[in-house]
Amino acid sequence: MDKARNQFITNSIRIKNEEIFLKRESILSFDSKIDLSQFLKDSYKKLALRYPKYHKMDSLCKLGILGSSVLLRSQHFNADTALVFSNASSSHDVDMKHVKSMESIVSPAVFVYTLPNIVLGEISIKHKLQSENVFFIEDKFNADLLVDYSETLLNSGKASSVVCGWIELKNDQYDVLLCLVSNNGEIPFTKENLEELYRFENE
Amino acid sequence: MDILLQEDSIISPLGFSTSENIKAMKAGNSGLQFHENLRFQNGGFYAGIIEAALLADNFSIIGDATKFTKLEQMMLLATQSVLNNNQLDLSETALIISSTKGNIDLFGNPQNFSKDRAKLNSLAKIIQEFFGFKLKPIIVSNACISGGLAVAISKRFIQAGKFNNAIVVAGDLVSDFVTSGFQSFQALSATPCKPFSKNRDGISLGEAAAAILVSNNKREGDSVSLIGDASTNDANHISAPSRTGEGLYKSIQQALKESKLSASEMDYLSAHGTATIFNDEMEAVAFNRAALAHVPVNSFKGFYGHTLGASALLETILTKHSLLNNELYPSLNFEELGVSKPLNIIQKIEKKELKTALKTASGFGGCNLAMILKKSFNG
Amino acid sequence: MSDLRTELKQSIIEQLNLEELSIEDIDNDDSLFGDGLGLDSIDALELIVLLEKDYGIKLTDPNQGKEIFISINKMAEYIESHRTK
Repeated sequence: MDKARNQFITNSIRIKNEEIFLKRESILSFDSKIDLSQFLKDSYKKLALRYPKYHKMDSLCKLGILGSSVLLRSQHFNADTALVFSNASSSHDVDMKHVKSMESIVSPAVFVYTLPNIVLGEISIKHKLQSENVFFIEDKFNADLLVDYSETLLNSGKASSVVCGWIELKNDQYDVLLCLVSNNGEIPFTKENLEELYRFENE
Repeated sequence: MDILLQEDSIISPLGFSTSENIKAMKAGNSGLQFHENLRFQNGGFYAGIIEAALLADNFSIIGDATKFTKLEQMMLLATQSVLNNNQLDLSETALIISSTKGNIDLFGNPQNFSKDRAKLNSLAKIIQEFFGFKLKPIIVSNACISGGLAVAISKRFIQAGKFNNAIVVAGDLVSDFVTSGFQSFQALSATPCKPFSKNRDGISLGEAAAAILVSNNKREGDSVSLIGDASTNDANHISAPSRTGEGLYKSIQQALKESKLSASEMDYLSAHGTATIFNDEMEAVAFNRAALAHVPVNSFKGFYGHTLGASALLETILTKHSLLNNELYPSLNFEELGVSKPLNIIQKIEKKELKTALKTASGFGGCNLAMILKKSFNG
Repeated sequence: MSDLRTELKQSIIEQLNLEELSIEDIDNDDSLFGDGLGLDSIDALELIVLLEKDYGIKLTDPNQGKEIFISINKMAEYIESHRTK
């Protein structure tokens, strides 16, 4: 019995172009002139996150915490909810900060973020997920890989639900899609549906 | 469905094939040597670094060394020697790449290469095109468990019927990027690292590439299968190991459950053993919670240093050969036990009938991995 | 003397991104780690960088930090007797 046939995209969040969408509905938007750090700060306030550790994080982790917090708000999920994330630029944004500092004094608080999977760690801590994590690097959004791998975790019982998606950040441009996949919902968890959620706001 | 760990290859300071590496290890050689580096007050640090000229020399048999970065040469050589011994159809063989930082130093200092080459996507593309793999490479970048997680992922995909064969290739360098970062963490050892020892004082970095064929095709003779695997996040801290070893403990329990074996049936344990105070202590706590205190255990870091995204694959390959050779290899540089819980550290080479092994790894971001390997005979 | 303490609080808030705290929230005797400000091991490393950058003090043994980064008062005392700039 293929359990994945009973899996649905329970909830989805999209962060792009100074705007945050929950299930395709805009819940927050800013003037297009707002820079990345202000966007991250103002979104935190407007969404009432109340998580002081947020301010210590690099921008990729902030995007992940923003996204996952809104995505998982008032949702039911177990501690074995897996995280299956991907992007093209790895931790490029903070890597460049570290490269700049290498000529003088290196900051441990910057270096610690120079791995793409740190965002998985931060999300695991915030939402108390002791679960399967993986970070894939892809040249562009690849629904096939996300669906295929999430299904192996769901079908083998290694996870009861999955948060999967794309979290790209380069040169202050961000592009985030996170989906909660579980056995609740109406949108079947298929490559086509995942692709469509990504294309939305990309056209 | 049996998932077999077949041909493999290791490119490291100890040699350019798995057999050269095992021979050097058995002779008690270590890849860790003192290298001059102005970042350090005492003029340098201990690390496992591959001699570039020697590498280029070896590489010239398969390609033009001037056209490839050091890491690319290492990973291409590792892949080539796995492919040499196989008649694989590359139109349906998966390529899974694992690295934490790839060619990261090219961002600051591109030398003769384009900065674009620093991207992990470029690294994967170069390996794909060099050999003509048709499937799009899968790239896993999950800190220090990457190389092992890539093996687990290939197993999961094979079991799901996505493909029958996967080449997993892992590699990382001792880059200035990583060296400066670990130095700021005050995590680097002043001597070659001493995993699990009382006077351990941190990590030695190392570089290596490793490759392995993961397949569901049975062969005659002894073979080693991956029969259980699990990865669990600590959800505790992004860089400090969990005091309770929670994620590692849970990974071990899950992997054992899948393998239908118990802790008492494990013949050998290949630990992560980075030689930082907190990592080794965390592992000792987790192993004791999992009732593994009696199992012969080693860390290979004394031979290689911490090879980051390559380490868990490199050490899985060595674990596989431990099983095939019925040999336990020592935890090099071990002196006196310096963790709060008992461990059965392997101190000299020992011949012993071995059937099962547990390989573990842990990394930044709070990630942990456990894999159960089992030897079987096909007549 | 109290100026150094205020200066320290300001730079700790900035360096460690304690955005939701202000100078008035930190007492000179508050413990920096644990139940006090709740700093962690990365913060401790970042404080070592701060000592080097701002006061020319180089700590080479990470354990030294444990005796210095107890409170603002302890840090200030250490800086006063060891600063090179």
